[in-house]
Amino acid sequence: METHPAKRVEIIIEAVMERRLTQTLSDAGVTGYTVLPVTGGSGRSGYWNREGQIGRASGMVAVICLIRPEKLDALLEAAFAVVDRHIGVVNITDAQILRAERF
Amino acid sequence: MISTAAETLLSPIVLSFVLGVAAALARSDLSFPEAIAKGLSLYLLFAIGFKGGASIASHGIDGRLLATLLAGALLSLTLPFVAFALLRLLTKLTVVDAASIAAHYGSISIVTFVAATTLLAGQNVEAEGYMVAVAAAMEAPAILSALWIVARRSRGGEGMGADVWREILLNGSIVLLLGSFVIGWLTGERGLQEIAGLVVVPFKGILCLFLLDMGIVAGRGLRANGSVLTPGVILFGLGMPLVGATAGLAAGTVLGLSTGGVTLMMVLSASASYIAVPAAMRVALPEANPALSLGLALGITFPFNLILGIPLYLAAATLVAGGQ
Repeated sequence: METHPAKRVEIIIEAVMERRLTQTLSDAGVTGYTVLPVTGGSGRSGYWNREGQIGRASGMVAVICLIRPEKLDALLEAAFAVVDRHIGVVNITDAQILRAERF
Repeated sequence: MISTAAETLLSPIVLSFVLGVAAALARSDLSFPEAIAKGLSLYLLFAIGFKGGASIASHGIDGRLLATLLAGALLSLTLPFVAFALLRLLTKLTVVDAASIAAHYGSISIVTFVAATTLLAGQNVEAEGYMVAVAAAMEAPAILSALWIVARRSRGGEGMGADVWREILLNGSIVLLLGSFVIGWLTGERGLQEIAGLVVVPFKGILCLFLLDMGIVAGRGLRANGSVLTPGVILFGLGMPLVGATAGLAAGTVLGLSTGGVTLMMVLSASASYIAVPAAMRVALPEANPALSLGLALGITFPFNLILGIPLYLAAATLVAGGQ
């Protein structure tokens, strides 16, 4: 089966910033993304998990985008305006996609 | 006061919280799924709002409502300045961390309010039904003060757009609390009777479960992030509620509230937010350490208010308001 190169950008960010990030991505022309819940973790701000929590302040979400390689710089520039000062992780991996016309 | 304190300490509500803390500190795997914890909090907000509204419908509004709302908002606006000054005196925290914590302490903890209302009812002490609306009015002004402090004292802070203010003022807790308050007010005693099976009968039991969850979260936070709570920070977490409560006592007395009303005003002024303000601070002051403010509000001040504060505030209010 034919595959096509793509970039997979995973942004783990504070839940309170989710809507701001996805709005910024959409404004930058990245309209396809997936938001996944994150149940817990540990980092510079200490250990946390979502069990029993009622507020959104201590929660994180993962926003995952699969994009054409040429769109990567625009995405990162837009995303960084939102995530730069916040707790979180941004990572980029090479990926292969099946239906290139959808990206 | 000692018998009131003993009754409070041995109430199912407090003991459930203590169980949660103990279980978390002992590393038990006891926990509530996030969705259930959220569901319990929605129930409590709806029930407390509805009962407050129904109480207003039964007893009517007195002229103090507006003045009490205004006093509450003013307390929320001014307490962060006191908290900030105390933090700078007692700790070596940065301006941003101190301002973020100050916002938490100017705002209110609705769970402490719910627990206090229930414990007061257990002592047959009635309070003005509109204190629920006062609680809602005290949620947000503290955020303004904290941001003003940061703007004046450092370059931190992201600022608050209209979008953020909409999120704060229309956050789920406030909408549900005020919405159910209005429904309770409109439908009155009849409405309350219709849904008493939901909002009255199981209320205490569900509050116990919720406080068990709060205990678990508080204990887990203390275990994981206790190292950020230095002696000065802990001293603040225990001292600030007393400062806030004193301001609440003065305001409630000047307003001429009942003993229950004064007690609740003290509870609101003494408590620290851990739902609405933490979320706002994460957006507006991302440099502030959330483990610090949440650890203090939930791990130190909430247990203090629940176990010792509420009986103390009731005793002080009884002494000053003279059992009105």
